[in-house]
Amino acid sequence: MYAFDIERPTRLADAVKLLSDSTDGALLGGGQTLIPSLKQRLAAPDRLICLSGIKEMQGICTADDGALCIGAGTTHAEVATGAGAYPALTALAANIGDPAVRNRGTIGGSLANNDPSACYPAAVLASGATIITSSREIAADEFFEGMFATALAEDEIITELRFPVPEKAHYQKFEQPASRFALVAVFVAKFGDGVRVAVTGASEDGVFRWSEAEAALSSNFAPDALDGLTLAGDGMIDDMHGSGAYRAHLVAVMTRRAVAAAR
Amino acid sequence: MPKDGGIGASSKRREDVRFLTGSGNYTDDINLRGQAYVHFLRSDVAHGRLNAVDTSAAAAMPGVLRVFTGTDFEGVGGIPCGWQITDRFGEVMQEPAHPVLAQGKVRHVGDPIAAVVAETREQARDAAEAIDLDIEELPAVVDMKAALKDGATKVHDDLKSNLCYDWGFVEENKAAVDAAFETAAHVTTLELVNNRLIANPMEPRVAVADFSRGTGDSTLYTTSQNPHVIRLLMGAFVLGIPEHKLRVVSPDVGGGFGSKIFHYAEEAFCTFAAKALNRPVKWTSSRSEAFMSDAHGRDHVTKIELALDADNNFAALRTDTHANMGAYLSTFAPSIPTWLHGTLMAGNYRTPLIYVNVKAVFTNTVPVDAYRGAGRPEATYQLERVIDKAARELGVDPLALRRQNFITEFPYATPVAVEYDTGDYHATVDKLEEIADLKGFDARRKESEARGLLRGLGVNCYIEACGIAPSNLVGQLGARAGLYESATVRVNATGGLTVMTGSHSHGQGHETSFAQVVAEMIGIDADQIEIVHGDTANSPMGMGTYGSRSIAVGGSAMVRATEKIINKAKKIAAHLMEAAEADIELKDGQFSVAGTDKSVAWGDVTLAAYVPHNYPLEDIEPGLEETAFYDPANFTYPSGAYACEVEVDPDTGRVTIERFAAADDFGNVINPMIVDGQVHGGIGQGIGQALLEACVYDENGQLQSGSYMDYAMPRADDVPFFQVDHSCQTPCTHNPLGVKGCGEAGAIGTPPAVVNAVIDALQSGGRNVTHIDMPLSPSRVWQAMQA
Repeated sequence: MYAFDIERPTRLADAVKLLSDSTDGALLGGGQTLIPSLKQRLAAPDRLICLSGIKEMQGICTADDGALCIGAGTTHAEVATGAGAYPALTALAANIGDPAVRNRGTIGGSLANNDPSACYPAAVLASGATIITSSREIAADEFFEGMFATALAEDEIITELRFPVPEKAHYQKFEQPASRFALVAVFVAKFGDGVRVAVTGASEDGVFRWSEAEAALSSNFAPDALDGLTLAGDGMIDDMHGSGAYRAHLVAVMTRRAVAAAR
Repeated sequence: MPKDGGIGASSKRREDVRFLTGSGNYTDDINLRGQAYVHFLRSDVAHGRLNAVDTSAAAAMPGVLRVFTGTDFEGVGGIPCGWQITDRFGEVMQEPAHPVLAQGKVRHVGDPIAAVVAETREQARDAAEAIDLDIEELPAVVDMKAALKDGATKVHDDLKSNLCYDWGFVEENKAAVDAAFETAAHVTTLELVNNRLIANPMEPRVAVADFSRGTGDSTLYTTSQNPHVIRLLMGAFVLGIPEHKLRVVSPDVGGGFGSKIFHYAEEAFCTFAAKALNRPVKWTSSRSEAFMSDAHGRDHVTKIELALDADNNFAALRTDTHANMGAYLSTFAPSIPTWLHGTLMAGNYRTPLIYVNVKAVFTNTVPVDAYRGAGRPEATYQLERVIDKAARELGVDPLALRRQNFITEFPYATPVAVEYDTGDYHATVDKLEEIADLKGFDARRKESEARGLLRGLGVNCYIEACGIAPSNLVGQLGARAGLYESATVRVNATGGLTVMTGSHSHGQGHETSFAQVVAEMIGIDADQIEIVHGDTANSPMGMGTYGSRSIAVGGSAMVRATEKIINKAKKIAAHLMEAAEADIELKDGQFSVAGTDKSVAWGDVTLAAYVPHNYPLEDIEPGLEETAFYDPANFTYPSGAYACEVEVDPDTGRVTIERFAAADDFGNVINPMIVDGQVHGGIGQGIGQALLEACVYDENGQLQSGSYMDYAMPRADDVPFFQVDHSCQTPCTHNPLGVKGCGEAGAIGTPPAVVNAVIDALQSGGRNVTHIDMPLSPSRVWQAMQA
């Protein structure tokens, strides 16, 4: 680890100011990606702004319109036990990493990082959630901009996630054997006005919506509706754990299983 | 009735009290006053010419005591190799120099180039980043077969080629073997890879070195499986320190699996630097460093052919193996694909003609050496895979084909130069059929199929060779060390014993099981016996722990020393009771005179030995301390039969292990619970190799699987509950305990059982898949199903 200063603001406004005043500052959520990067000297921020002391970024509640609101600083463990209104989301959170990761890692941190194999981006995109930041609201469809890239400005902090709760949903993860991140995972969410299908782990461009599957499932929400639908391996991640063609195949298998298990 | 003490009792592991309560004393727990820290700057290219190493900026950094490079080690020896192989043509192997820090070239990612010693770890690391390197990158040699082509880039410029040796075994059999293949009724051929593994003990390597200016003594604390071997190799061959001025201590060690047998450059560096700087110097490997500096294991590419006669009897076996040595020869690397692999190719079978060819190859990868099983898993895997393939080709039951060809008479001299003393292979298969409930398999398969899953059953029989010996023979085979073991039994005045063994425990539970042996012999409580190991200052020259040798060789040495103790104690007891020595009996810690009611207690005798007032001083010396060195007459030959049941998800290729059973013959068993644990761990590592673990280099020699993000270790939910049994016991005939060794069996017997099971599952589902190389990851299994 290189030397850095650490700040522990307790108000969001202070965090934003500290971030915009920094030349090379970094936000510290649960630190499950940043701390290992620091320890390996792969990142060298001059200032860490720790978000865990900001109460207004924590907690889970239900909005008047029924949406599930989760503070960006809420840990995976808290979502797993506290977001019962959205069972597919609690199941997803309960299966991220191991207990140590779930007790430190936060939903906001995961989304800001946008790891192409992370779980939460699939839930946010499939749910059509809204990402609320220190300066604006961003629709999920506008937020994810490819591997480790998001619509966030340099001095912008995710404060809250607002999830419409679908009629039925399920997250089906096929784990990479070593990291147990998603080799391929699919989040399927059925709303009154249609079905959204988001895929993580598979694409070189990060999380994406499988529009053909969405169309098929919107007219018939059943595994059979996916018969004959395939994805091409082009643009899929190709590494020692699986070829692009294998990942493309798994997307179809996981989607089918997610539909079958949705409730 | 299970015993509650002594041989055969499942005594709880006494060492676990300190391990489980955080009061162990591992090498990283050792911190010496005034200690400085070293950080190694390692090559990030696989192959390159080292044109310049400019350390001037680094040397001026805060806290830096000194920056060392390869030139600082020009006056000392290189890291030695402990085994010399003679090839098919009578030539000795090519043996490259292995400098402590790189000289002239770097040869693998992780090769240490420079070492910064500073007041703190972070200062050393900061300064290492300020070293200016001029490395001219060269093409990397990664693929073994390409490495042997004419004109291939050479890993070592001063060697003739990248071929370390071309070994034939038994060379005199070659023509007869080839002839047998000409006339065979059936030949089964299989090409396979035994995947490269990284040992990954829970505790990474650590070295702390100290130098006393007052006495001129050096001390090295290191994570080693064999501190005496390190003292000999480093003292005699690298640094020129005689043994009486060098102490090597391996305190609690958190697993080794072979990777901590070898003498590593970092140990020599710390010892050298401590003297040069007159400061203790400490190095603690990071996990990332461990991936690129601990010796790797396996990495064989093999073509095996099995010839059968018209009655399905094995007629001949022929193998052609390329074995990766990596960039340098690690301590015992040359012996693994040869004497620990070729000699095992008969397996449990009466194959009359066998020829093994092994080409050992230098590549720009981390050195490869022994890893749990060391050569024997490679032998067993190819043999048991080709037998399984033959059974499928011939349409016969795989277990029946094995039974038909079993060796049934002992001793049995194989055509690959070893003689099995005892065994009963049908008995272990009988036991396997029972504990694995093989009769119930068809019903379980139907149940799996009803859930849309393919179920397969794989069986495997293995033979092991433990406690490689005797020393005079292994010397002829090229070993540059003896393979005996030692023990000193020190009886204290009040009757307690301190037993110093040359074996080393790094998880095996010796402190418990060794004490059980001595307790049984004397008839006292094991609590009165302390097992001490891991310090060259207090135990006789020993060879350490590897190759499942500790109870068979180290235990035997301890028995011999204890016998000497008992003999002397009987003399003392005879004197105390005014009886003839021949009439003295020892039972339950009491010496008695046969046929009388006279007796003295163990403690009375031990006290007399050290307070010799009423003592035959004219006949025997006071005191009660004896040492024995034990050199076995032969290897021991554990064997066993394993069965694995898997489910394969045909949609994803994912394999899950549903049932696993192991019926082993370890001869006599000292502590059944510890043996169970050893087998469990071995099966876990075998499943790791079969399904999960892959050390992968790209074509540039970059390590792709350089962390746990990509290198898949087996976890608790990757393995089922195991059915293990070691009630089939054919005791070893040539050691006093009748023991054989159990440490590696699981890692040897498991991979072929798993792979055979997956092939069975796929074929049951109508897939014409005859082989998949390990690890059988979901993507590989799915890919195979697409063909």
